[in-house]
Amino acid sequence: MTTAEIREEIIDILENIAPDEDLGGLKDDVSFREQLSLDSMDFLDIVMELRKRWRVQVPEEDYQNLRSMTSTVTYLEPKMRDLKRA
Amino acid sequence: MIAGIPAHQRPDDQRIVITGIGLTAPNGNSLAEYRAALLAGRSGVSPYEIRYVGPTVAGICNFDEFRYQKKKDVRRGTRAGSVGIYCANEAVRDAGLDWPNIDKDRVGIYVGITEHGNVETENEVYELKGFDYDVKFWSHHHNPRTVANNPAGEISLNMGIVGPHYTIGAACAAGNAGFIQGAQMLRLGEVDYAIAGGVSESVRTFGIFAGFKSQGALASHADPTKASRPFDTARNGIVVAEGGCLTVLQRLSDAKARGAKIYGEIVGYAMNSDATDFVLPNPTRQAECVRKALKYAAIEASDVDIVSTHATGTTSGDEHECQALREVFGNCTETRINNTKSFIGHAMGAAGALELAGNLPSFDDGICHATINVDELDPKCELPGLVINQPQEGRRVKTILNNSFGMLGINSVLIVQRFG
Repeated sequence: MTTAEIREEIIDILENIAPDEDLGGLKDDVSFREQLSLDSMDFLDIVMELRKRWRVQVPEEDYQNLRSMTSTVTYLEPKMRDLKRA
Repeated sequence: MIAGIPAHQRPDDQRIVITGIGLTAPNGNSLAEYRAALLAGRSGVSPYEIRYVGPTVAGICNFDEFRYQKKKDVRRGTRAGSVGIYCANEAVRDAGLDWPNIDKDRVGIYVGITEHGNVETENEVYELKGFDYDVKFWSHHHNPRTVANNPAGEISLNMGIVGPHYTIGAACAAGNAGFIQGAQMLRLGEVDYAIAGGVSESVRTFGIFAGFKSQGALASHADPTKASRPFDTARNGIVVAEGGCLTVLQRLSDAKARGAKIYGEIVGYAMNSDATDFVLPNPTRQAECVRKALKYAAIEASDVDIVSTHATGTTSGDEHECQALREVFGNCTETRINNTKSFIGHAMGAAGALELAGNLPSFDDGICHATINVDELDPKCELPGLVINQPQEGRRVKTILNNSFGMLGINSVLIVQRFG
């Protein structure tokens, strides 16, 4: 999966978790919390979706890496690089 | 104590009145729509299919979930929560309360439910099967969705109500139990406004359909609108329905002070237990419950203008209730008797509240809605005053008695009178 594809996956997950939000103008370097109305349960949803869709595990000590789109993609790249989208 | 004292002799701060109604039923999303359907004989039962059970029939509501909730809140919460939020907001709006300026610490939420948590648990287990039952795929939403206070708690979150909230688990007597709890808390001075009634999401759990089927108590009919047929010889069980009805209850003194519209006054109630069987009703205890409520209200059986029956369309349940009613109302030639489940099915925790609400407009229009789908009245269900298939009009209605009974032998009776 390329970096761009990982980003698309995250956007797809966010669209489900935050269906009222407009993600078109999301700034990748700004934290999700500053731009979107997300709480701790939503972040657990991101973790769960990654686990369900791609069997990617995000241990609790790594949650801080899901702060912004850029940090999330950077963190996930080594974990998802070898995965193929259907 | 006000039990046994006629309503008009009680102090105003001990008299409880209904000042707002919000509801969703399979045949209407407001009291006006619902009442119109009841008077027109319009059923809300439709074909339905659910996991494992397959094609069946049910009463499904089509209220606009997004009127009071964001998409995210609907996704995160439960169907019972959404039903409750819709009904509570509608009730507050209908009551004409100055909501932004009301002290939310003085509002209590008392929601009757038959069951809660089955829907989410079934869905989670079903999904977990796809992950070979590895529980690390079990949702973190499971607990907040399945705690028993969930529907009331979602209302609190949605409306910013910081007073007490809880659900009252009372099987199918729950709607009345919600009203009773609300009235009691108002009398105690614990709250100034009670949002009270009942909700149900039960159509989304296959277990309730499968359970009734295994019991031989799930209704079926080629025409879904004819499937719910209490008192009819060909009745063959329960039509499961979803729905909700929540009211704003206030002390009469407060309602008068703000010039509120008053739908009716809760003048009496009773709850008791059969202590005889898990599922089979006990007509002796039911009759006792009715008599206790009449005594509380300080009225005679013959003072009751409309009895709203609980009858669900099962062979023995209907017979037993009719036996109980015959004992109490056998000589009351003026008392009329009807049934709402024949239109909407059994809305479980919402049933008692919805069935009362559908009858309340009779205080104004003098019409008693019918019980429909009675093609051949079962002789064992014959009662004087049973209003069959066509509504009856032309009589002043002052007193409505609402029956709601449930499994494990829980009985509830509520008596509401026209005010003024």
